[in-house]
Amino acid sequence: MSTDVTTLPLVTDPLDDGGPDWLVAQRRSAIARYRQIGLPGARTEAWKFTGLNALKALQPVAAEGPAPTVLPAALAELDRTEIRVANGRAESLPSSLPGGVEIVSLDDPATVPGWVRESLGSVSSIDSHPFAALNAAQFTGGVAIRIARGVMPEAPILLSMATSGGDGATAIAHPRVLVVVEEGASADLVTVHQGTGAYMANPVTEIIVGAGARLSHSVLQAEAAEAFHVAMTSVRLADKATYDGFVLATGARLARHEVRAELAGRHIDYRINGVYLGAGDQHHDLTTFIDHAQPHGASHEMVKGVLTGRSRGVFQGKILVRPNAQKTDGFQMNRALLLSRDAEVDSKPELEIYADDVKCSHGATVGELDDDQLFYLMARGIPKARARALLVEAYVLEAIALIARIPVREAFTVVAADWLSRHVAGAEE
Amino acid sequence: MALLEIKDLHADVDGKPILKGIDLVIEPGEVHAIMGPNGSGKSTLSYVLAGRGGYEVTGGSVTFDGKDLLEMEADERAVAGIFLAFQYPVELPGVGGMTFLKEALNARRKAAGEDEIDAMAFLKLVRAKAKTLEITDEMLKRAVNVGFSGGEKKRNEILQMAVLEPMLCVLDETDSGLDIDALKIVSDGVNALRAAGRSMLVITHYQRLLNHIVPDKVHVLAHGRIRRTGGKELALELEQKGYADFVEAA
Repeated sequence: MSTDVTTLPLVTDPLDDGGPDWLVAQRRSAIARYRQIGLPGARTEAWKFTGLNALKALQPVAAEGPAPTVLPAALAELDRTEIRVANGRAESLPSSLPGGVEIVSLDDPATVPGWVRESLGSVSSIDSHPFAALNAAQFTGGVAIRIARGVMPEAPILLSMATSGGDGATAIAHPRVLVVVEEGASADLVTVHQGTGAYMANPVTEIIVGAGARLSHSVLQAEAAEAFHVAMTSVRLADKATYDGFVLATGARLARHEVRAELAGRHIDYRINGVYLGAGDQHHDLTTFIDHAQPHGASHEMVKGVLTGRSRGVFQGKILVRPNAQKTDGFQMNRALLLSRDAEVDSKPELEIYADDVKCSHGATVGELDDDQLFYLMARGIPKARARALLVEAYVLEAIALIARIPVREAFTVVAADWLSRHVAGAEE
Repeated sequence: MALLEIKDLHADVDGKPILKGIDLVIEPGEVHAIMGPNGSGKSTLSYVLAGRGGYEVTGGSVTFDGKDLLEMEADERAVAGIFLAFQYPVELPGVGGMTFLKEALNARRKAAGEDEIDAMAFLKLVRAKAKTLEITDEMLKRAVNVGFSGGEKKRNEILQMAVLEPMLCVLDETDSGLDIDALKIVSDGVNALRAAGRSMLVITHYQRLLNHIVPDKVHVLAHGRIRRTGGKELALELEQKGYADFVEAA
């Protein structure tokens, strides 16, 4: 099934090609919803720091055909089970899989098994999320991954999502991903977003972590320099489940990466940490929502940004603690390091607490490099540019150290260090 | 030729004159002590020599090893052979102690036209120096000064000094915050570095450090100028009489 997208907002009818009834129903409601809410404007609170004028001016065409997958060397060395999604379709699925791991293409929805039908669209909310609605209306494929009950695959699953820009017109891709980690299972997922040329990637990822299950999910957003990246990840967790998320964002000219979590069981351990690195005219928006719906949940969020040039960072982090969610333990910290006078950051933490027996802390800092630290390094003979690079690297690696899985942490460390060597050593003050 | 020659040095901090005409000559191998009451300009002098920002030199000159020191950036001064042992060593979270030492040593070697040090040779060198200062491998592995006690930080300063082998060591209140045992370890470390070609400028409020690091000359700094110069006995005199004479004289 291919969809011709000619403009934003949606003008084509994705139901032309038909499809199974369950999907047609979902598509219809997504289209209706999308047409109702439209693309966010300057007055939309959730998007007030991220303007979409450049994106609205696009005359996109559907991304089609193959897209080269070029993994950073550090990730290419990782022992892994690799899945490639290219231009919104499952390009290659692994020929052999660890026992208890199932990977299904979503390219032909008529053939997907029952567990996919039951779960697809059940976690991602389209109500106030136009791009998620757009994805639900138009997705042309992707993958569903299931880790069966109690299974713990040794190697991480690496999901590469590549998009290739068209000639002249901007290509647009709406890949869809579903991850189901069944009761007591445990897996590591690494998602890499990348591509070539000018395009817009609008991936939607739905994740269900069952009772006592664990998913560590490390995301590298390394889209092409001319790309728009608008991603929605929605996670639902059951009793005693763990989601250990990390987002490292280095790519795209404009990126909005949103992660939403519904802590639907008791004693959940939820972590969403990240680093965004901005240079030139880049715009990085990391928006998170944590819904503590049940008692004894813990959430940990540490997000750090480094901004050079005229780049801009946006952090929006909302934590909702519902009346029933007693004994919630929430921690949120957002830090940004501005390495140039023209860089800018907007930070909007939001705590909404309706339970009375909770522990929630949050904080935000924005600053420059510490003069005392810089002088200390220089007083030992280390040149200023190198001293700055060492301090910024230390700052970034402190966050990356939160990735528990060591080979993944090391690969992300190399990616970040590479970015720093290109953008910090020579950055203006 | 003198290693360090300071002539009529004036410096402001936030527009306020702090150094008001310092004259000081240190020959190679000499150990000089500068003593003085709080606020006399001792730390300002050490920072001006090391090249810290925010200290504006308004007059005079400083020649180090034949070069105009005031024209050099802080890192250039360091690789030229000046070492400031900080009164308050700075914590560098996330910067490993060994990485830091290696970067510093290689910067010095590069300036001297030498190759970077071999990893094994470096490890051996640092371990040997660390041992005499009672610095454990565990401390070396930690981030620079993070979680160190006051005494550990001071010992770490002396370790850096020992590894970098500077020509001029400026010790800014190195005795502050040290108990007697730590003072002895630090002083022994400093004394081990005394050499014919290496000079030291020991800045201290108290005489007790000078029992361990015996100076060739003692200067009294008050109100931004050197008021008196003498031998090591001057320190003992100050210990008995205090700085009252110098404070009132201004």
